[in-house]
Order: sequence, then C-alpha cells, then structure tokens
Amino acid sequence: MTRLLTCKRFLQELTDYLDETLDPEVRSELQRHVNECPNCWVICNTTEKTLKVFKGMEAKPVPEAIQKRLLDALEKRIAERGPICEKKPQA
Amino acid sequence: MSSPPPNSVSVGKLDPAAEPPVSGPFDEAPLVARAKAGDMSAFSDLVKHYDRRVFRMAKQITQNDDDAEDVLQETFLKAYTHLGDFQGNSKFYTWLVRIAVNEALMKLRKRRSSRTVPLDEPIDTGEDEVVREIAVWDENPEQQYSRDELGSILEEAVESLKPAYRTVFILRDIEEMSIEETAEALDLSISAVKSRLLRARLQLREKLTRLFKRKGDDAFAYL
Ligand SMILES: [Zn+2]
Repeated sequence: MTRLLTCKRFLQELTDYLDETLDPEVRSELQRHVNECPNCWVICNTTEKTLKVFKGMEAKPVPEAIQKRLLDALEKRIAERGPICEKKPQA
Repeated sequence: MSSPPPNSVSVGKLDPAAEPPVSGPFDEAPLVARAKAGDMSAFSDLVKHYDRRVFRMAKQITQNDDDAEDVLQETFLKAYTHLGDFQGNSKFYTWLVRIAVNEALMKLRKRRSSRTVPLDEPIDTGEDEVVREIAVWDENPEQQYSRDELGSILEEAVESLKPAYRTVFILRDIEEMSIEETAEALDLSISAVKSRLLRARLQLREKLTRLFKRKGDDAFAYL
C-alpha cells in the first residue's frame, strides 16, 4: 500500500475499524497507526467506550398506563379480526 | 413456565401482569411460531418482551411522548395484522424494528413538514467530523452517575443528534442491528449508513468526553 496514512484517513475508517469489517491488511495498518499516534489512540479508545456505554443502556419498562392502552388496543383488534392465521398454500 | 396445551388457541385477555419479560437470552422463534399458529398468549409475550425497546426507539426518533405512544401501538397492531406474512427470513425483532422505524419517521415527517429541512437532508461532510475533545476518560466514569442520571445523559446526547444521524445510531449501536439491516430498514445505501454512523459516533464521543474526561486533563496534549 502506497497511500500515506494520515489521522484524517484513520478517522474516516474508524467505523469499519471498530466494527472489525476491514480487510486484514488495512486493519493492521490502522492498528500500527493507532499504536503510534496518541491522538488517534485516544479518539479510538473513547469512541469505543462511548459505544459500550450506549450498549449497556437498558430500556426502561413502558409506563403502566401506556402498556395497558397498548394491550387494550391489541385485544380490540384481536376481537375484530380473530387470531392470526398463517396463510396456507391454496390447495 | 407454563405453556398452553398443544392444541389450544387462546384469544384470552392480554394481561399485563401475566408474565414478566424474560431477562437474559430470549428465544423469540418458538413464540413467533406459536403466535403464527394463532396462540395469542405467545404474541402477548412478544409484545411484553419488546415493547420497551420499541417505545424507547419511538421516543428517541420522534422526541414526542404522544407520537411515541402512537408508534408503539401502530407497530404492534401492524405486526399482529401482518404476522401471517412474516416469512422468518429475518429475525422477528428486526422486522418489528422496521415497522416501528417507518411509523416513527412518518410521525417525524408530519411534524416537520411545515418547517425546516427534510429528513434525508444532504449530509455536510466537513464540520460534522471535527474532533475537538481529545482527552482520556476517567476509569469507569459512568459509575459516578446514578442509573437514572446516566440514562438521561445518554438520552439527551442521542436526541441532540440530527435525525439523519440519530436514526442510524439508534438502529446500529443501541438496537445492535447490523449495518446491512440498518440500511435496509432505513432504505439507505451501506455507505450512507456508514458515513452517518461515523458522524453520530464522533459527535456522541465528543459530548461524552466533555463529561467523562479525566479531571485535570483539560490541557491534555501529547505533542
Ligand atoms: Zn493519528
């Protein structure tokens, strides 16, 4: 690879780098850059942590009143339409 | 865990307290199969397992509680109505998310139609990518906040993103869908998803760094 790797390029590839979807050659080149460039190391590290914090965020339960209205609406629909029937191939 | 007798078709009450959402690994496939066969208690288990995530997503996209509730209802009503068409090529949850995203985007478009830019506004490639904060974080900074505080911080951060970035981030990094699934759900190209995702991630990193950076590192510089 002849292209000079700059911090800008690293930034552009960051998403694929974090998602591990780069081909191994590019990945190891970026890896080398991260190890040598303190700024990119920090950016990479803190972006990784950012994603981790969000992944750990659990959804709060739906407020009871809202869940009740949802289940009521469903029951109403079920009463109107009857239970789901899988489409059967025409005989 | 009690399951209904093999041939029963229950159309009974959907009781909110019937079965709490299962935590830990959740195998949706058997429930989906039972629901497709007409077992409404299985469908209601799916609702109770996924409603909080659908509701959160709807709130994050629409940023409006009433709209979010409409989206929640519409999503499950549509899922119920069309479950017979669900082929099982994707996960049920992915299918559900696609319905929910469409509903939420419709709400958002309706609200925004009278003003400002469209949702698929062209993405500015310059300014959005700028990295200003370069500082290492505290060790486990999130532990300095209560669960609720942290939840609000993260929610606010996501809601501050432009809708075009926000939806991509929600699907990929909060709901943990693949890039391909995200692209499909939003009807975007893979490269559009990636470039929006990058900007979303960098902007959130920037915001969180302001809160989570190691104290005393304000003038942090390596060079
Ligand atoms: Zn660099």
